[in-house]
Amino acid sequence: MKKIVPKHPLAIRWMHWINFPVLAVMIWSGLLIYWANDVYKLHLGHTVIFGFFPESFYKKLHLSFRLAEGMAFHFVFMWVFFLNGLIYVLYTLVSGEWRYLFPDRHSFKEAWLVLLHDLHLRKTAPPQLKYNGAQKIAYTAIIVMGLGSVLTGLAIYKPAQFHWLTTLFGGYGNARVIHFILTLGYCIFFVIHVVQVILAGWNNFRAMVAGFDIVNDPPASAIIGPTLIAPSPASIPGPAPVSTNDKTPTDGK
Amino acid sequence: MENKPSTNEDPQSSGPPPEAAQTPPPQPAPPPGPLRPKPSRAALREALLKAVGHSDQQSVEQQINRRTFIAFATWFTLGAAAWKSWFLIKDAAQSDGVQTPLRKALNVDDKIFKHAFSNDHLVKTFPKSAAARNVRYNSGIGLITNSTDTANWKLAVTTADNRTFNISIDDLRQLPKSELVFEFKCIEGWSQISWWGGVKFSDFVQQYGLQKETALDYVGLSTPDDKYYVGIDTPSALHPQTLLCYEMNGQPLPIRHGAPLRLIIPVKYGVKNLKCVGKMFFSNDRPRDYWFERGYDYYCGL
Repeated sequence: MKKIVPKHPLAIRWMHWINFPVLAVMIWSGLLIYWANDVYKLHLGHTVIFGFFPESFYKKLHLSFRLAEGMAFHFVFMWVFFLNGLIYVLYTLVSGEWRYLFPDRHSFKEAWLVLLHDLHLRKTAPPQLKYNGAQKIAYTAIIVMGLGSVLTGLAIYKPAQFHWLTTLFGGYGNARVIHFILTLGYCIFFVIHVVQVILAGWNNFRAMVAGFDIVNDPPASAIIGPTLIAPSPASIPGPAPVSTNDKTPTDGK
Repeated sequence: MENKPSTNEDPQSSGPPPEAAQTPPPQPAPPPGPLRPKPSRAALREALLKAVGHSDQQSVEQQINRRTFIAFATWFTLGAAAWKSWFLIKDAAQSDGVQTPLRKALNVDDKIFKHAFSNDHLVKTFPKSAAARNVRYNSGIGLITNSTDTANWKLAVTTADNRTFNISIDDLRQLPKSELVFEFKCIEGWSQISWWGGVKFSDFVQQYGLQKETALDYVGLSTPDDKYYVGIDTPSALHPQTLLCYEMNGQPLPIRHGAPLRLIIPVKYGVKNLKCVGKMFFSNDRPRDYWFERGYDYYCGL
């Protein structure tokens, strides 16, 4: 029998969807700024493999000669990015959602099994709660990255007033490099995230918009939400009563 | 037809069909008011629950459809609103070279980060050996380009009571000299360790008795021909590492780097480090600023 089960709290859905356009504006305005001193290159020995970025890239996206505009957008939307992230972290801590998101000692092995499963090298995915090990690591890492962007950003923005922070990141030039690499990280995250969401299917995507998931079996309800903590009389003794069925709709990304 | 109204409580009633219930018995005229009976609280609640897809009377399928519809309708509406607001900002009228909403926000940023400023926050200094030999040159707007004019150069200082006096480079060389090797930062994003020498702005103020002037909020500086001009908040100008600079790498300032006198202000981006200072004045209003007019924030503080 089909059952509606709450999955993502409203607050998390709001902050997730606010972050998406805000991060897009930050990356775009960051490119307008980076254009003015676009010196980063990927080297292999003395050979340049790739220079960030080719002229055609700037041309295509109309990124040239817009430093002032880029800085203006960047230094306004940074507040939204920072506050949204801060509220998200506080919310997950206060609500207890962090328990589903923060990796534990099993998550790394689990993430490896998830990877093998996703690459079709293993038939079954490991049992999971709201998020699998790979997701826990990814969703916690992205928050650490966000913090990194805020701090390296501040280290570049006010290197004299927050000189200790700039020193912490290895100086002004280094902080700028880290800030740039983190941005590349978001782009990579975005691509993988979207692919995984497409593969996970409609139910999983709807959960991020509407908040609920559909489960088919009554016991499946035990694998989502705080009900996990409350033992039911029928629960089997031993490890947490999680589903081992890799077809479970909670196999979301 | 009977006069007695039938009720649903009498299931055995073989009386008239239920419609008869709608025929009221003769009664005194009803009081004026809504024609339809007011729905009960419970019915309202049920209707509301149905509308949002949370009613037990709905099938799971109906609930799913209803909730999905509402969520996605909200999602698309908010998305469209965000999209619209984006263009309201992006296509807004400009104020000093940048969209007005952004300009206002940048002014707020300036106010916030002015609180982080302190004379105790010094930029990192380096040994002279770390300084670049080839000091990067980016812009030459308003420079004096021949040495005769450099020799005749004088700094024109306008006081608070609107008198102007002139100072020669030799006058400035008489004042205590300070040297600074620091990482010069350009607003474009590059930085370079460079070595500068001159008189601290705060020493200059002390020597020329400009305390009344520096009680005002801003210092305005411009090239002799007024082609390039900057405004600097007085606290940043009085920062202990701000120099009226006449030497670079231990030599008199080259023309390309602002001979005979330039500003070196490590708590600001290069754009505020005016080359070839010709005029100086003080004001409570923001002096005009070349790059501010072209969309950059006024403070430009590091």
